[in-house]
Amino acid sequence: MTLSVNIKRRLGDFALDVSFDAPDGVTVLFGRSGSGKTSVVNAVAGLLRPDEGRIALHDRVLFDAGAGVDVPVHKRRLGYVFQEARLFPHMSVRDNLLYGRKASGLKGQGDLSRVAQMLGIEGLLDRRPARLSGGEAQRVAIGRALLSEPEILLMDEPLAALDAPRKAEILPYLERLRAESGCPIIYVSHNLAEVARLATHLVVLEDGKVLKDGAVSDLLSDPSMVRVFGVRDAGSVLTARVVDHADDGVTELKVSGGTLWLPTVPAEVGSHLRVRILAQEVLIAAERPVGLSALNVLPVTVLSMKRGDGPGVIVQLKAGDDTLLARVTRRSADALGLHVGGACFAVLKSVAVAPADVGGGLQSV
Amino acid sequence: MEYLGPEAWQAVALSLKVAFWATVLSLPLGIVTAYALARGRFAGRQILNGLVLVPLIMPPVVTGYLLLLTFGRQGPVGGLLYDWFGVTLAFRWTGAALAAAIMAFPLMVRAIRLAIEAVDPKLEDAAATLGASRLRVFCTVTLPLIAPGIIAGAVMAFAKAVGEFGATITFVSNIPGQTQTIPSAIYAFLQVPGGENAALTLVVISITLALGAVALSEWLARRVAHRISGK
Repeated sequence: MTLSVNIKRRLGDFALDVSFDAPDGVTVLFGRSGSGKTSVVNAVAGLLRPDEGRIALHDRVLFDAGAGVDVPVHKRRLGYVFQEARLFPHMSVRDNLLYGRKASGLKGQGDLSRVAQMLGIEGLLDRRPARLSGGEAQRVAIGRALLSEPEILLMDEPLAALDAPRKAEILPYLERLRAESGCPIIYVSHNLAEVARLATHLVVLEDGKVLKDGAVSDLLSDPSMVRVFGVRDAGSVLTARVVDHADDGVTELKVSGGTLWLPTVPAEVGSHLRVRILAQEVLIAAERPVGLSALNVLPVTVLSMKRGDGPGVIVQLKAGDDTLLARVTRRSADALGLHVGGACFAVLKSVAVAPADVGGGLQSV
Repeated sequence: MEYLGPEAWQAVALSLKVAFWATVLSLPLGIVTAYALARGRFAGRQILNGLVLVPLIMPPVVTGYLLLLTFGRQGPVGGLLYDWFGVTLAFRWTGAALAAAIMAFPLMVRAIRLAIEAVDPKLEDAAATLGASRLRVFCTVTLPLIAPGIIAGAVMAFAKAVGEFGATITFVSNIPGQTQTIPSAIYAFLQVPGGENAALTLVVISITLALGAVALSEWLARRVAHRISGK
């Protein structure tokens, strides 16, 4: 495992007792505010000292209460992107970017020009942080962390302080980072849209404990997790391959359970995408529907049905090798005669796409 | 300025010399003390804080007398200084500088401490995660950001040192040309008939020095703050 964390820490009334392993790729620590996400990341960084336990990165022990090991923050070789950019106000963007290299005794400018280009900050190098927008400052902070050549990148809700357009501006850079940097990332978030776009592995925290962890596609399509993610945001993520761009502006995608047609997706034929399908955007039909405006209908079988507190039922559907979630009312479940193992059709009202990570936690098609 | 004899000019020059060395030599210790008080987590922090403040609260004459007891030729520290290095502080301008430094120290530390407390520790954490040791964090992040506070503290200490009277006159007496600073000279002129004019001139000079120091520090601090913020 890339990072293994097994720590306990009391913080007033709050007890943190967390144990998980994070593989390569993007591991998202997900949970409500107050669930202990930031404390875990701070413990990995060395900014919070656990009462007991052990933290190891690759074969390197960063903290071991039993053995008395506590590597100081500046020797842990990690990059930390905070919620606020935390740029040094008295230095230019360039000096901010190179700060970590000088501090850790690395020679030269490293990948300065490549990183600056990847993050779209080449034009800002001579500016002072006071003259950057929030989104620009956060991109510089990401670049600063990367250029110190960390063995792991920690990101604590790096988008939370930004408004929606700034978030949209930065997310593509994070996706490129996941694909290009080869550096494992621990990413704290309570935003399921970010999880769906970025995560390869998911650790769900609740009240200072790990509720569940696993591959993102497994956890997002797990009906028992709907309570945590919220009925509105629950849904599954699968991988799709771009097959063709039709003349009428519709893109044909292949998923394991069939074919999807979406309004023009700006991706090359043959490339892989992440497809997010929300549970409340899925209708269930007992027979293949005709005379319907929805383009995307997949044949599925019912894997499980889970009743919630209200009138709804979360139905887990198997579409090829993938799992979908659908949220229907109990009444329509009864009317359709849905039962585990039964065959039916999933009608997808809308589908969101994002670039897929190469070699990540999702199956390729 | 016809009323200002060589004695008075000597007093002005001596005051500036005493205040300069008092400020310059106590500045590093002032920064370290301010940092320890602002960021330190050690047992004796409150005691250190009290010690720094003592000269502000005690009658200056008492401070001066304690200095004389400690640093006089017969005193425990003064005796050693004389035996080992042949250095005498009592009744010398160097002693005046020591007295001025001690009296000005609380003001200096307070200004620098406030500046350090205004630096967001999150910036220092960020620097540490980038691989900077504590010393490097202090030199490259904390120190540049508190520069305006250091300037303010130094100028405040300088102004205080120029005007120090009670501890100075008790410790090093009032010897024209050797230990007679501006306040001691004003005091001496007022003791003799016809000395009022000379005293008044010195009063004007010391007011000018004080106001000039404040103006200079404000200007410098604003310039540095401007440069740091990069706005």
